Order: sequence, then structure tokens, then C-alpha cells
Amino acid sequence: MTTVAVVEVVTGGLVGLDPSVGVPLQGGVDVVSDAAFGVLLWLLEQWYWLMDWVHYVTGLEMLNPRYRYMHRAILVGLCVGVMAPLIGTFLVHRQLALIGDALAHTAFAGVAVGLFLNAVIDLGVSPYLTAVVVAMLAALLIELISEVTDAYNDVSMAIVLSTGFALGTTLISLNAGGLAVGVNQFLFGNLSTVSPQSAAILLVLFVVIVGTVAVARNQLLYVTFDETAAAVSGIPVNWYNRVLVMLTAMVVVGAMQIMGVILVAAMLVVPVAGATQVSRSFSESLVVSVVLAELAVMLGIAVAYYGGVTAGGVIVLFAVAIYVCAVVLGKLLSVYDQQQAPDTGSIQVDGGESGTSANDD
Amino acid sequence: MNGRDTGAATAAATAGRAGAGSDAEAGSSEPVIRLADVTFGYTATPVVEDVSLTVDPGEYVAIVGPNGSGKSTLMRLMLGLRTPDTGAATLFGERADRFDDGERIGYVAQHASAAKEMPVTVREVVKMGRFPHVGFGRLSAKDWSVVDDALATVGITAFADRRIAQLSGGQRQRAFIARALAGEADVLVLDEPTVGVDAESVSAFYDLLSTLNDDGITVLLIEHDLGAVVEHADRVVCLNREVYFDGPTDRFVESDALARAFGTEARFLTEGDE
Repeated sequence: MTTVAVVEVVTGGLVGLDPSVGVPLQGGVDVVSDAAFGVLLWLLEQWYWLMDWVHYVTGLEMLNPRYRYMHRAILVGLCVGVMAPLIGTFLVHRQLALIGDALAHTAFAGVAVGLFLNAVIDLGVSPYLTAVVVAMLAALLIELISEVTDAYNDVSMAIVLSTGFALGTTLISLNAGGLAVGVNQFLFGNLSTVSPQSAAILLVLFVVIVGTVAVARNQLLYVTFDETAAAVSGIPVNWYNRVLVMLTAMVVVGAMQIMGVILVAAMLVVPVAGATQVSRSFSESLVVSVVLAELAVMLGIAVAYYGGVTAGGVIVLFAVAIYVCAVVLGKLLSVYDQQQAPDTGSIQVDGGESGTSANDD
Repeated sequence: MNGRDTGAATAAATAGRAGAGSDAEAGSSEPVIRLADVTFGYTATPVVEDVSLTVDPGEYVAIVGPNGSGKSTLMRLMLGLRTPDTGAATLFGERADRFDDGERIGYVAQHASAAKEMPVTVREVVKMGRFPHVGFGRLSAKDWSVVDDALATVGITAFADRRIAQLSGGQRQRAFIARALAGEADVLVLDEPTVGVDAESVSAFYDLLSTLNDDGITVLLIEHDLGAVVEHADRVVCLNREVYFDGPTDRFVESDALARAFGTEARFLTEGDE
């Protein structure tokens, strides 16, 4: 496939898009001050400059200065590669791996709400902003259902997932002619539709998510590992649970731009599952999961560009392939560790032999 | 009093323990835990009813009872994880469900929920004990020193950098005790900590608890293993929705509280019994 043809394929998604997609922050400017938004766009300009420089050094066609949408897609991909496994690590080890899927479906409902409002009353609101709002409300609803009804988490997730998708499809069917074209990109993601405004939204989400995890890492770790002990030690567990699901909603909406609703949950789970296989500590697993996610995202974007295929699907396929490699490596490391493990036949307590065997349970 | 055997048990048990903390010896400190006429139920039927008991500093108290007797619920009431329907629960003199000095309490469950799969090292687990002290900050050199001391105290320094899942059941429970010690807890609350742990490790585990208790740490143990309780605890609370016995261990062995609480002909076997 020639370069020209590739560009046609990749940019083809822009043709016929809902107008609100081209200016996703149209309504959001009211929320984010002009000054702050100006700073974000300035940062974006610096990113373009960096990508231009990398293009001149490497000669990579997809980084050609003419393809700003690719520069933005790579920026979004890099951010998603950090924040998805960062949050996913806490979710997976709390056995909440499917919450991303539930919130992605409610984010779809949020997109439908935005598109519906724009089509019906010409509100001019960004579908991504409505997606953030609806997904965060849904995140709180999941927690609320679990707390109030004592239902298992997967029950509340299933309820919210179904409700979200039902709401989305209903709203779309109400005005099918006007919305159908714009919905596909949200379902499957599209590299070419990452607008400067959408990238700016993602940068804000990135700062909020990484900043929150950096600040509350201790508490999130304790709540994840042993919720009861964390509660006894004075950590407000319910409050941190809510924070975690709301951060998840932000990640889902951020990643939705290139991954699509259907595949976004994979970035929360697959790199973390791979990192768990090969990491020896929690700190290491955080770093490794980010590295694996970035690897999948970058390979996926590159193959999607040069192969003219959907980025979300390719990214997930790479992530799963990396996961399989991690499982094999983990098994090999496990065998090696067993060969190298020191004798743990007894342990000393205050200088005395306690006689605990290594495999006493 | 519904056939319950209570009385001067608390004072006797505390006074009889050598090496208890200075507060206990002074006899002037407030109780660690105090329940006054506590009743609680998840539905209209109470799970614990009209329970009153006090745990003083330096005591080694075991709560025993048949399955479904309300032991774990009572523990959650004591720790402020549940609020009594009637009556009052206090921790160090404060209302338990509003107690905000959590680092004074070390909690050890049967098993941590995520322990088996999570790639977390023993040192990282013990480090969690310092989190209430450091809040949003990072651990200082002094904090890490406390963590290392806690690891050494329970004898698992050699395993500090191994994943917690790679440890045996007994070693894992030691790690959780080390976490409580790292938090400089005044009281250890253990909810059936030796479930799934083999007999040899159980013995070593209780020896460790006794050592810590001798050093002045209050121990509150919820346990199904009556043999271990009789061997190690100074005081027994026998529960089956209400308190059937509260007193020194030797009196518990001699009493008929066990049979009444368990509703069977249960009794302690002594040497020579068939």
C-alpha cells in the first residue's frame, strides 16, 4: 500500500463525521478556562516540534509533520499506556478487572447523550465531556449498588454495563440518521479523529490520574491488598474505592479515542496481567505493566498506520501477544527461582528456632 | 445473668500476667476495648446480644464459640467496622466507629484477600503498617528501620524480598503480625489466624504471640482451636450470641460453659481420657 493510499485510509474516517467531533471541546471551553487551555495547546505545539525532530532523525513516515493527527494519536497512546495500567493494577488485584468494560459501555451512553443533545437541541457539547460525566456517575453507581445492596461487585457491574449500553442504543435509535455515522469511531476508535481539543482533554485526565495515584499510592495499595486491615488502620476505604472507580472512568474515556468502547478495557487488564507474571514486587509490577502497555500501544499504532487497520484491535492483539510471552517468561523465572531458593525449613524468632516448615499449609 | 460466669476475671487475668506493659501494671490506664450492653444484628434477629466486656492493656484474651456464634461480628463491633444497634463500643476510650488513631490497632485476618495473586513482597506488606504514620508521604529512614525491626522480631527477615504468596501459611501470618508491629500497634486483634496452618507452625505462631504479649502488647484472639486457647490465653470469653463465660482460662476449663455454649456434651479431654 502506497503512502498516499495509507493516508487516504487513515484519514478516511474524518469524512462524514458528526460536526461536533471536529470540535469536541466546543462546549468544554466554558468549563476549562481559556488560559489553561492555551497552556495545553502550547504543550501540544511542543509535542509537534518533538515529533518533527524525531521524524527528521528517523525518517519515519508516520511522523511526517503533515500528519499532525498521528502526532496526537501517539501522544494519546503514550498517555493511555501510562494511566491505564497504573489504574488497572489496583483494579485487577481487587478482582475488578471487568469494571473497565462496564464503564466503557456507560461511556458509550455518555457519547450518545452528547450526540443526542447536539442533534436535538444543538447544545454544542463535546461527546467526550458527556462521556466523562456519565462514566463517572456510573462509576459511583457501581459502588453505591454494592454498598447499599451488599451485592457482589460483578452484579453491580453487570447492571451498570447493561443499563449504559441500553441507554446508548436507545438514544441512538431515537435519531439514527443523525448519529449513526459518528458512533462508529467511538465504538472502535480512530487514530485520525484525535483532535487537538481531545488531546488537551486527555492531558488534563492524565495529570489528574497520575497525580492522584502518586499522592494516594500508599492508601490505594493498602486498600487493594487488605481492605479490612486498611479500614482498621483508619483509611476511609469507601472513599478510596470511589476515587478508584472515578479514575477508572477517566481512563476509559481517555483511551476510548483510539481504542474504542469495545476494546478499551483491555488496556486496563492485559498489561497488568502480564506484569503480574514476571514482577517480584508491587513497585516493579507498576513499572513493568506501563512498559508492556507502551510497547503494545506503540507497536499497535505503527502497524495500524502502515497496515491501514483499526488501531484499537491491533493494540489489543499486541498486548495479548506480550501477555503470552510474559506468561512463558514467568514460568521460566518460577522454575529458576525454585532452583535458587534458599532453604526455608525453619525461621528464627528473637534468636530462637521456631521450626516452621517451608510449605506448612 | 443467664447462667453466664463473669466477675473479677479481667482484673485477675491482668494482675496475673508477668511482664505486661507499664500501663497495665500501673492499673490506671483506660481499657483498650470496652463493650457495654452491645446488641447488633444484620436483620431483626440479633447476632450478638447484650454483650459487655472489657479488655485492659497487656491482656491476652481469647474469644471462643461455635460457628455462627457472632465472634467475628463482635470483633467488627470492637474495631468500629460496625455500629451497635444498642449499647456502646469504645476503643481506648473513644467511640469505636469514630476512632481515628488506627495505627494503635494491628489486625490479622485469616488471610488477606488479595495475598495469593498480588505481586507484593513481604517487605511491602510490612511497610503498610507505616502508612497510617506517613499518610501521603514517603517512608523515611526511620520508618524503614521500624519495618526491618518488625521483620526481625517475627523472624522473617530472610524472606523480606520474596512475594508474600510464596510463603507458607504460618510465615504469611507472621508477616501480617510484623505489619502490625511496624505500625507500633498497642493491641493485636487476630481473627482465626491459624486456619489452614499446620500444627507445628501453629505452635510456633502462638509462641510468638505469647512473646509479644510478654513484651506488653495486648492480644485479642478469636479462635476456634480451643486447645491453643487453653494453652496460651490468660482469659477466655465464650460466646454464643451472648457471653456464656468471661474469666481466667483455668476456670473456663473447669466450668460447664463450653457445653452450654456449644449446646452439646462438649468437654475438655485430659490425660487418661478415652
